[in-house]
Amino acid sequence: MAEGDAELADLYRDVLLDYYRSRAHKGKLEPHDVRGHGVSPICGDEIEITATRQGDRLDKLRFDGHGCVISQASSAMMAEAVEGKSVPEVLKLVEAFGDFMVRRGPMDQMPAELEETKALEGVRKFPARVKCAMLSWNVLRLGLQQGAAEYQELGDREGT
Amino acid sequence: MGFDPKAIRKDFPILNRKIRGKALVYLDNAATSQKPSSVIDLEKSFYETNNANIHRGVHLLSQESTEMMDLSREKVAKFIGAASAHEIVFTRNATEALNLVAHSWGRKFLKEGDEIVLTEMEHHSNLVPWQLAAKAKGATLKFIPVTPEGTIELEAARGLIGPKTKLVAFTAMSNALGTINPVPELLAMAKKHGATTLVDASQWTPHLKTDVAAWDCDFLVFSSHKMLGPTGIGVLWGKRKLLESMDPFMGGGDMIQEVWLDRSTWNEVPYKFEAGTPNIAGAIAFGAAVDYLNKLGMEAVRRHELELTEAALRVVEAEGQIALYGPRDPQHRGGVISFNVADIHPHDVGQVFDSEGIAIRAGHHCCQPLMRKLKIGGTARASFYVYNTLEDVSAFGRGLRKVKDFFKVPAEAKHG
Ligand SMILES: Cc1ncc(COP(=O)(O)O)c(C=O)c1O
Repeated sequence: MAEGDAELADLYRDVLLDYYRSRAHKGKLEPHDVRGHGVSPICGDEIEITATRQGDRLDKLRFDGHGCVISQASSAMMAEAVEGKSVPEVLKLVEAFGDFMVRRGPMDQMPAELEETKALEGVRKFPARVKCAMLSWNVLRLGLQQGAAEYQELGDREGT
Repeated sequence: MGFDPKAIRKDFPILNRKIRGKALVYLDNAATSQKPSSVIDLEKSFYETNNANIHRGVHLLSQESTEMMDLSREKVAKFIGAASAHEIVFTRNATEALNLVAHSWGRKFLKEGDEIVLTEMEHHSNLVPWQLAAKAKGATLKFIPVTPEGTIELEAARGLIGPKTKLVAFTAMSNALGTINPVPELLAMAKKHGATTLVDASQWTPHLKTDVAAWDCDFLVFSSHKMLGPTGIGVLWGKRKLLESMDPFMGGGDMIQEVWLDRSTWNEVPYKFEAGTPNIAGAIAFGAAVDYLNKLGMEAVRRHELELTEAALRVVEAEGQIALYGPRDPQHRGGVISFNVADIHPHDVGQVFDSEGIAIRAGHHCCQPLMRKLKIGGTARASFYVYNTLEDVSAFGRGLRKVKDFFKVPAEAKHG
């Protein structure tokens, strides 16, 4: 396989494309207990996350908005990983995902809930795309910490 | 000399690079251009043999540096049809030139109730500085609307530009869509009402012949890096009387005539606007870029890009499931193809192109209001320059097909 094709296949693994096409967690919950909204100035992508709570636990989570394969797949994986978890557990998962994606931590120490997200490993080789993968996780974190939040990635790196 | 892109390519060392195992196909020229050896070599030889600070030295190197920079200023003046090199202010880039005008002209001459007319397709660089100036001075911004085809509504412009209009500032060519705007018509409307005029020529001057005398605008801005020159150098051209009437932009060395502890007087233009040690090497190497374009001839450059654009439009047409933005008529479009493939995100499109060694840009192209108006998140954009060939256009077509294959775009899918 050509070098470029190998990297492409590593970035867009089949699992990712399946999550991207899945509608399972798309949409908006009304009413909801948690809401987060974020914009990436790099690509202008917007994401809105709404979730309901059952006591201390996140019950359902939906995400809405248009995005690239990476951000949509990452959002779908996140939804799957966090539903049914307590808020402190969710925040720990967000932290662990950041360790993996941004700080490039070792994969063998990742919590079991994040097993599927390992398919995003190829993204780490493309720094411009790491923000795509992180967007929904950051939006959810802020939404949980503040009840409802606007998340704004800093820096307009797209240019011209 | 005939226009021979194959020969031209030999002058650009970076085109020998392999990207992910493939020959580089560089189609991101609207963002920045590549540099010919003559530009790279001049910058290097300047540092190796002439380098000194300008103006203040009596020693030989300082004289040489000063003369080389002056010569470059003259070349730039001639290249755009300016009356004198005194009208060429060197800045860091077009953005700084726009901020200079918004600050030095805007803060001095704008009054409460004045109207500034822009278009909806401006680069953030020709929008945000005016938002700041308008806020500071109580002026209002008005926007000439953009049609779904990505052209401006001239009739609406006629209604917007009136006695209250103090400034009309617009891009000659859209970086996001490639639209070539009706510059003379817009300038005529502005002049009828005595408004000051500014043309953002960032995308024009690299690709089409610029003649400020023929346009008779008041200000014109562009960047060296989009026209074969180094980064870190840009141009504000202004009519001399107007430049002289403006307050300085930044204070410091070089921009003064005399300094006391409590006050200063200003140097003549353009130096009044060039505080501190400028990008000497960059300004000098920019002169070599101008030489290179002169050697090719701007008419020939435009003809070449028109040929590539027509070919690329045919590729898009034949391919299907591509949403194309901007005017269909290549006469009204620069060498820019802005598009989306079915409902695939522009970043994913760009990533697949990258795997083929093809560099295109994806996103909002610093034109968020325009994207909002066209109801799209962003586009993928391929843009051509002198060293691109019909083979590059074929590579572009190959990229489109690979995107569709890779993401399994169904044949009947509708684009959004
Ligand atoms: C139309 C237009 N105006 C302004 C700019 C700003 O140029 P620069 O970033 O070199 O200041 C650009 C490109 O970036 C542009 O395309």
